[in-house]
Amino acid sequence: MTATAEPEVGKARLRKEDARLITGQTKWTDNLQLTGMLHMAVLRSPVAHARIRNIDCSRATTMPGVAVVLTGEDFAAEQGSLPCAWPITEDMKSPPAPAMAVDQVNFAGEAVALVIADNAYRAADALAAIDVDYDELPVVLDLQEALQDTDLVHPDLGTNKCATWVYDSAEAGAGTNVEDEIASADVVLERTFRQQRLIPSFMEPRSVVVDPNADMFTVWSATQIPHILRWMLSAVTGIAEHKIRVIAPDVGGGFGGKLQVTPEELLCLLAARRMGRPVKWTESRTESMLSAHHGRDQIQKITLSARRDGTVTGLKVELLADMGAYLRLVSPGIPVLGAFMYNAIYKFAGYRFVCTNVFTNKVPTDAYRGAGRPEATFAIERMMDELAAELDMDPMKIREMNWIKHEEFPFTTVAGLTYDSGNYEAATARAMELFGYEELREEQSRRRTSRDPVQLGIGVSTYTEMCGLAPSRVLGALRYAAGGWETASIRMLPTGKVEVITGTSPHGQGHETVWSQIVADRLGVPFEDVEVLHGDTASSHKGMDSYGSRSLAVGGTALVHAADKVLAKARRLAAHMMECDEADVEFASGSFSVRGTSTVRTLGDVVLAAHVAHDLPEGMEPGMDADATFDPDNFSFPHGTHLCATEVDTQTGMVKIRSYVAVDDVGTVVNPLIVDGQVHGGLAQGIAQALFEEAVHDEMGTLTTATFADYLVPCAADLPAFITDRTSTPATSNPLGVKGVGEAGTIASTPAVVNSVLDAVRHMGVRDINMPLSPERVWTALQGGSADDVGDVAAGGLGSIDSQGGQS
Amino acid sequence: MIPAEFKYLCPSSVDEAVRMLAEEGEDAKIIAGGQSLVPVLRMRLAAPTALIDIGGLTELTGVRDDGDSLLIGAMTTHYEVQRDHLIHDHVLLLKLVADTVADPQVRHRGTFGGSLCHADPAGDLLAPALALDAVMVIAGPGGRREVPASEFFVGYFETALAADEILIDVRVPKYTGWGAHYEKLNRVAQAWSIVAVAAAVQVRDGSIVAARVASRTSVPGRCVRPRWRPRWSGSLRLLR
Ligand SMILES: Cc1cc2nc3c(=O)[nH]c(=O)nc-3n(C[C@H](O)[C@H](O)[C@H](O)COP(=O)(O)OP(=O)(O)OC[C@H]3O[C@@H](n4cnc5c(N)ncnc54)[C@H](O)[C@@H]3O)c2cc1C
Repeated sequence: MTATAEPEVGKARLRKEDARLITGQTKWTDNLQLTGMLHMAVLRSPVAHARIRNIDCSRATTMPGVAVVLTGEDFAAEQGSLPCAWPITEDMKSPPAPAMAVDQVNFAGEAVALVIADNAYRAADALAAIDVDYDELPVVLDLQEALQDTDLVHPDLGTNKCATWVYDSAEAGAGTNVEDEIASADVVLERTFRQQRLIPSFMEPRSVVVDPNADMFTVWSATQIPHILRWMLSAVTGIAEHKIRVIAPDVGGGFGGKLQVTPEELLCLLAARRMGRPVKWTESRTESMLSAHHGRDQIQKITLSARRDGTVTGLKVELLADMGAYLRLVSPGIPVLGAFMYNAIYKFAGYRFVCTNVFTNKVPTDAYRGAGRPEATFAIERMMDELAAELDMDPMKIREMNWIKHEEFPFTTVAGLTYDSGNYEAATARAMELFGYEELREEQSRRRTSRDPVQLGIGVSTYTEMCGLAPSRVLGALRYAAGGWETASIRMLPTGKVEVITGTSPHGQGHETVWSQIVADRLGVPFEDVEVLHGDTASSHKGMDSYGSRSLAVGGTALVHAADKVLAKARRLAAHMMECDEADVEFASGSFSVRGTSTVRTLGDVVLAAHVAHDLPEGMEPGMDADATFDPDNFSFPHGTHLCATEVDTQTGMVKIRSYVAVDDVGTVVNPLIVDGQVHGGLAQGIAQALFEEAVHDEMGTLTTATFADYLVPCAADLPAFITDRTSTPATSNPLGVKGVGEAGTIASTPAVVNSVLDAVRHMGVRDINMPLSPERVWTALQGGSADDVGDVAAGGLGSIDSQGGQS
Repeated sequence: MIPAEFKYLCPSSVDEAVRMLAEEGEDAKIIAGGQSLVPVLRMRLAAPTALIDIGGLTELTGVRDDGDSLLIGAMTTHYEVQRDHLIHDHVLLLKLVADTVADPQVRHRGTFGGSLCHADPAGDLLAPALALDAVMVIAGPGGRREVPASEFFVGYFETALAADEILIDVRVPKYTGWGAHYEKLNRVAQAWSIVAVAAAVQVRDGSIVAARVASRTSVPGRCVRPRWRPRWSGSLRLLR
């Protein structure tokens, strides 16, 4: 069916988007200037938990340029509650989540007042003139202590427990009872891991502009989810959905951090409605870190049972997940997304997963690259290494013994998912070869024997993950409030050019390039002739947006279906034009021909004929456009083998990654350059969790890592040269055979790095080290300290300057 | 990230700048390259009422030969230090240090004098200034005075400069032919460094005959003065 001389799919095209992005020609939300526009600045609570006794705005109101100062009380009647679309259990506790605090603040950084002024500078100046009286309440920060319910985040709820969600393989009929497996096992390992809190550090800070025009509201937002945002803004405010248009222009990254309906989006909308003028809000980096949702933050208690020969039998997962102070869009569901991935690529007989979600006085948590799955992969890959150590077996051997063999696909797991395809043997063989596994093991043993102060460690991570969110019926079964389909439209223009409208919402991934490649191949048109429109609810009227590595597997499939509809109609018209039977029409390289003759009509000829509509077959509508919506039957399951070698300086605790090999199987690759980019960026973020990043709060609940001087995001100089390669077993759940690559690197790499560090120092008596593996933590562990001896410390920099003592 | 309101003043000479500082009082500040001050203003860690921009004072830029020592103008950028021949030939350590400061953008704007005046305990110029016995040449209402580095850094972000004084030059003795090395420890490339050591040594016939060494630390969350070991000279066999 496909078409061009040199196939577009598989070509390492440079990205269409980049010229305008790197030459500064695009317009980000913050670049928009509307006539009469006002600016919003948000005053945020410096305390984590307090009753608001009084807010005095009188001074601020009289400051130059200030139009109005508003508090939660002013909005109490209209702001409603920010939506949580994933009530994971029937009895889940969900406190009201006002966009602006009315009488109580529950985390430091929560909005308490806002200033609307004629420019952003004056709005910021007036914040300092607002006086707020707080009656401080005891802060709840620690997950275990929160469970005691001594102090309550939301006293009205009577508890800090939000919900408990359980999966049990015996109850689900997908496996045995895990307690039986544990009781009868030769070996039982129990470990507790800490998933530290992370801050999704997207490059473009969040920004919103709302333009009220008569009864219509146009909202520009640096969001990943324009469609969901429109729906939710309407649901929260009661403004009719068709009176809201949401536009996500070029958006500078998200990593899940912009998969949100934010307080500021709502406040901007309410303020614009009140003022009858456009209102803009753009955050600073520190504001972002203090108030945009965070990720991870779980305590994982894992019990694994096995036979003496290394065969795993049972896996029990007991999680505590920190929700922060409120439930945001999908907060409670994030740990649940991991539930299906703890068993990973291994054949466990029995599995049980219990997650307890807990409220604390911290910034709410929600999706962050991988969302639940990195946590799961970390835990299981760490446990496989623990088992190997316990049984004195090679960590790769023990994985090989237990993983699903390539001839066993499709395979239904103990968590009830059916993995459609994969070949763990192939990816592993390639990775071992690129890595030089045996040579490194030899060097490791030499360094051990010679007691080299720098020890070498090798870390393995044979991960899989679930992408392509998601079959709507599965989401329904999980009590998620929306579907998981995606949509695409193709508009064939009279000159033969093509407009593609996608319901996905790219924010840095390069969909314009990849979608063009797919359409160019399918329709036999030049790559340059395709324009991809996205992120505007007026043009792409429906969609489920971009997250969960779903865009290509689900949205790309919708696009293929739409292209096939165009071709089917064009074929009928071509047959009519060439006066032949439709069955005799052949299509190649963008042209229709009659089998065995030289009669040809290009797709352009046919499209023009459809457009002028002078002579169409009986009953055919003019035009050649098509829409398609695709709801997947199954998830897709990328997998791969990542190997990491680290050098650990046992005298200083410094860790240096010496080499990193990633062999990923993401199914069919449409654009290898973009896939490599996703892998590299993903690795950087996963390695960052292992070694560098950590959101730290002091005992009052103040975030002490609220600048990039204190929150350590690594850059290229801090990372090794990655060796990447691919194996490919196409997904069977979509016609492209694609699986998704947006999160794979992040999911795979964290345990590979931590496993390698522990492998370097395990023989010196170290059993575990909490992430991030700072020199201080590694060194303390080497001195015989336990994982919890070193508390959290901000990395130093601005956070270490107390706000009075800096420079004045 | 919007600073509080301030007055902006642009002197045309050092004397005028000194006068302006006196007139504007305690809450006025010099702005040089702005690479440390602007972030501080934007985070509202400081809110000076007036900024006196010495960026236009060409008399403060460049490196001059002054016999036994070099005079480095306070407004000389890190980039210029990296490329200056006098520095390369006579105080190699300063070039090696400048190579490690920040990134090219910051090195093009940030200044030698500004770094010293900011006295960030994690700043890169503290250790070499101490190791090399640099001397600060300061202008104030009462004229000029000179302060050695060992007395200039008095604490965390604190120097011996009075509120109405300006650093104009840094006098650095020549260490012609000396070898040098600078090491610092950063968790990630863009982070403030935790500890740094600067060393310059004079080697004759395979022996170190003189050495200058200084180190400094910046422990997060704690106030630490720059520390350095007493400098020493003597003979030490080089290990080959
Ligand atoms: C991204 C980034 C990375 C950085 N990385 C590093 C690094 O790796 N190592 C490092 O050492 N530094 C680093 N810095 C800091 C940089 O080196 C300093 O900001 C810079 O050199 C200070 O000089 P300036 O001209 O910018 O001073 P300014 O920021 O203009 O001033 C700093 C302070 O000194 C005062 N001041 C300046 N000049 C004078 C003068 N002549 N007389 C009296 N007072 C004066 C000002 O009033 C102010 O208080 C970094 C900065 C940035 C933004």
